[in-house]
Amino acid sequence: MPACDAEGTGKPLLRQGYAVQGGDFLAGGTVSTRIKDLLKEIGLSPALIRRAAICCYEAEMNVVMYARQGTMTVEIHPRELVIRVEDEGPGIPDVELAMQEGYSTATDFMRSRGFGAGMGLPNIRRNADLLEIESVVGRGTSLRAVIRLV
Amino acid sequence: MTLRAVQALLEARTVAGQRFLDEVTIETAGAADLMSDVLAYSRSGTLLLTGLASAQSLSTADIADMKAIIYVRGKQPPAEVVAQAEARGIPLLCTTLGMFECCGRLYQAGVKDDGDASLRR
Ligand SMILES: Nc1ncnc2c1ncn2[C@@H]1O[C@H](COP(=O)(O)OP(=O)(O)O)[C@@H](O)[C@H]1O
Ligand SMILES: [Mg+2]
Repeated sequence: MPACDAEGTGKPLLRQGYAVQGGDFLAGGTVSTRIKDLLKEIGLSPALIRRAAICCYEAEMNVVMYARQGTMTVEIHPRELVIRVEDEGPGIPDVELAMQEGYSTATDFMRSRGFGAGMGLPNIRRNADLLEIESVVGRGTSLRAVIRLV
Repeated sequence: MTLRAVQALLEARTVAGQRFLDEVTIETAGAADLMSDVLAYSRSGTLLLTGLASAQSLSTADIADMKAIIYVRGKQPPAEVVAQAEARGIPLLCTTLGMFECCGRLYQAGVKDDGDASLRR
């Protein structure tokens, strides 16, 4: 069996997990900032780090805004970086609709924090090479973004 | 132009990262209150002008590799944000000038739009 296939499903070289607290806007962004620092330490290129950090940050803010709590896990594989975000929350009834630019159910309060333009998931799709979202209404959402390193 | 020159031009007060004023130079800038727009359309290494003083203004600047933040219309970031900016080495400047005035002055001084036009439709 190969150490890792093209979609980062093998055993990672490094895996780091973080908790994300729903509703905590003051802390919203700190996990992504830590992941960014980690990727810098590893020595990835600034362009790759920026793409990964944007994916993390938009996904983190979605947990902060919509879910009760979640975990964000980053995995470094030889050929790709995998970001996994799993949350306990309301779920997304129509993922295809949620992926459309400008679609948002954000409240005025969330917009006053700078989010809710309906650009989060499209931003993740733009910056990742692969994006998968699975969601169960009433349970939660799980997101997997893959960025190729080579 | 240096961030110190930006500070003078925009009649701003530096609340974090004073030590970087001479070292940081600004060629491009972008203005937005919606952070996802910044994340979607801006390039790295630019100056962010915003009326949004929440913690998300700083994390956005940090994540998107922006050089500094100008808070317009008299907006003040909370103390936690100032402390974090200091720790992260991201200068924060505050001005009572409005967004339009700030952008106009910077544009006149030769600062260019930060946007990646190819990303816009
Ligand atoms: N983790 C999540 N849990 C529940 N709903 C979500 C989650 N992430 C996104 N959504 C839904 O998808 C919509 C679009 O998300 P996004 O593209 O990030 O835009 P925004 O967050 O600005 O609304 C959100 O408004 C929300 O209804
Ligand atoms: Mg979002």
